[in-house]
Amino acid sequence: MTSWWDLIQREAPLPEWPYPVRYGEANEVATDVLVLGGGIAGCHAAINAARKGVKVTIVEKGGLRRSGQGGAGVDHWQAACTNPCSKVSPEEYTRAIMDSFAGYDCGPLRYVQCQESWDALLDCEQMGVQIRDVHDEFEGAAFRDDQTKLMFAYDYENRHTLRVHGHNMKPCLYKEVKRLGVQICDRVMATSLLTEGGKQGTRVVGATGINVRTGEFYVFRAKATVLALAHPRREWIFSTELNGGCATFADLNIVGDGHAMGWNAGAEYAMMERSVPSSGGFAYIQYGVGYPDNTWYGCTMVDAHGKQVPWFNRNGEELQTVEERFQPAPGQQFILMGGGLVGGAIGQEVTGNYLDDTLPERIRKGEITLPMYADLPSLPEHERRAIFGLMVGNEGKTRVPVYENYTRAGFDPDKDMLQAPVMPPDSYRSPHYPAGTLVPHWREIFGGGLVVDWDLRSSLEGLYSGGRCVYGAGEHAGAATSGRYAGRRAAEYAMSAPEPVLDQKQVEEEKARIYASVSKSQGSIGWKELNAGICRIMQDYCSQYRNEEALKVGLRLLSELRESELTKTYAANPHELGRVLECHTIITVGEIVIHASLARKASSQYLNFYRLDYPELDPPEWHKLLPIRLENGEVKVRELPLDYHLKPPYASTYEDNYSAHCGL
Amino acid sequence: MGDKVYMVPNPPTPNVPIRFDAGICNGCNLCVEVCPTHVLMPNPEKKKPPIVLYPDECWYCGSCVEDCPRARAIQLVHPLNQSIVVSWKRKETGEYFRLGMKNPPPPNTRPPAS
Repeated sequence: MTSWWDLIQREAPLPEWPYPVRYGEANEVATDVLVLGGGIAGCHAAINAARKGVKVTIVEKGGLRRSGQGGAGVDHWQAACTNPCSKVSPEEYTRAIMDSFAGYDCGPLRYVQCQESWDALLDCEQMGVQIRDVHDEFEGAAFRDDQTKLMFAYDYENRHTLRVHGHNMKPCLYKEVKRLGVQICDRVMATSLLTEGGKQGTRVVGATGINVRTGEFYVFRAKATVLALAHPRREWIFSTELNGGCATFADLNIVGDGHAMGWNAGAEYAMMERSVPSSGGFAYIQYGVGYPDNTWYGCTMVDAHGKQVPWFNRNGEELQTVEERFQPAPGQQFILMGGGLVGGAIGQEVTGNYLDDTLPERIRKGEITLPMYADLPSLPEHERRAIFGLMVGNEGKTRVPVYENYTRAGFDPDKDMLQAPVMPPDSYRSPHYPAGTLVPHWREIFGGGLVVDWDLRSSLEGLYSGGRCVYGAGEHAGAATSGRYAGRRAAEYAMSAPEPVLDQKQVEEEKARIYASVSKSQGSIGWKELNAGICRIMQDYCSQYRNEEALKVGLRLLSELRESELTKTYAANPHELGRVLECHTIITVGEIVIHASLARKASSQYLNFYRLDYPELDPPEWHKLLPIRLENGEVKVRELPLDYHLKPPYASTYEDNYSAHCGL
Repeated sequence: MGDKVYMVPNPPTPNVPIRFDAGICNGCNLCVEVCPTHVLMPNPEKKKPPIVLYPDECWYCGSCVEDCPRARAIQLVHPLNQSIVVSWKRKETGEYFRLGMKNPPPPNTRPPAS
């Protein structure tokens, strides 16, 4: 008897909610640095702020031990440009990324990552994460440095990305957070930022929250705040029916709470108009089908008759050996691959080697017969074991869900070829088969977030940020490095910042908003139906193709939803209340996306943004950021050069800015 | 047969992402604390496996299984619409296998790289 469904089919009363329910009961917490979000960025922020000797509080909706997108593990560590074997400088790596995204990426965040990625990893090693081949299992492998026992991925020549045994990364960070005496508020969902005088655009002086087990109310007063709540993931796509809580890669908790509360406080956001298509919950098991990309990069693929599918380099030359797949092309300085870049980069300069991208046509012609298979047995032993054993085995959601479950069912990579999913031919254009067939109007936000300066401070005094709360793409090492940097800068600020004063009216208004859904009215809808309704608005009015009129209809519908259906949405317990509050977030994020879309009166392939009424692609005068924010409830838009971070008041080079601001 | 039949809603989907072996689990509730999305609730009966209250909110990270101090007390099971496509072909013999097949081959006991 372990499911609710079992419980209701017995002759005994339903068990009561297992935690004491204390709606509205207030907890007041005063701290120096308040970290909102306890994922990878949040943990590194808390650890590095605490090392400065200030009082730190971390607030996490799930449980800190395993929460966040990186909570289940990590298999590779990007941009470790300063590791002893790297042949790529932080400057070169940053410039390559910025060029790949045609400038639509966050320069400070990238450069901080390139400078500190290796240091952050050494820090994790101290905490107990294995980052080297200490047991010499891969001795003699082309991707291993025998002196340091470091192992590399994707580009064995340039060695800027490491393979790591990161399955226990999050428990190690958790232990360190505890060891440093950081105050942990687990199962507390942050709901809003508190500002000086209760006004938009002023200094951030704290936050509010609610415990999603007990319903208790939290008021945090802090000298500095770090926003580390990842990026919105339930905006266009929501259904638990197929794959439970992973209709997108992220878990259900990750909805963009940070985006909504930053926006409401008056902080500035960029690139919120950018999004990419998704398969909307019809994806395959992540890392769990045969494919030649990301964690499975370099794997040989064969068709139903055993015919090998060729690999090419960025020059379009067919590769003859497995070894060449991990080398840059003739004339190419280095390759960039891995999470956060997959499907996003447009530039050719650093494009990695790839499996035949004419597969759709070859499948139609009958040259390649489905299903295809990942031919692990044909790979050299070290490569096979690196894919299925090292990468699959340590990457998030692989150690138990894929490695343990598959091997227990008899799968043996030495003997067996894992099948690739059978999809419509065009779905093989991208090598990332686990994502499934992408649907143009089922989208995901890609890179929209807070505008930051060289302190990773937002446009608001006292508000710092790391990870995917910041605009631009990022991944595990990006979150770790920006988190540690933001934690340091926030602590430095807190040391000399004046005492924060809360505006009680702002606190009371937030409290009223939070508990409005605690009712038992009949005939109202729950959070799931509401979420799906919001998604329909976004799918129809703000999707692959947008125009002024439809966007405005979408904006009106979101606003009406907030006034009507949302006010009647029912929450039976504190957990459901948290999910209803997430729907508030999702509506607000939808509004930010639509306002950002209205501001850009041009189409852009770089942003995957298409306006029916402004079809010209990337006209030069629109090659810029359009930061938006709220001021007294009104949307304000300004223009910002893509390289604002290298223009006055900043220095003209990455290195000079970093040296002036990093605080090391 | 003979058990009472009740008026009940359809089971929430996916139906059984997490399965407990009541003979191994001692009800320590560590997994309740590990799960980031609150899928599991402590059982009102002490020393009994947690209740899978929100199977529809599981994101299949496997942390509850990985962090469990008692081997095989918890099993993670992907929804059928995903697990049904997980199949493999033995290269030498052309034999076909799949996750969840009726007569599975013996387990491969090699652990992940250490």
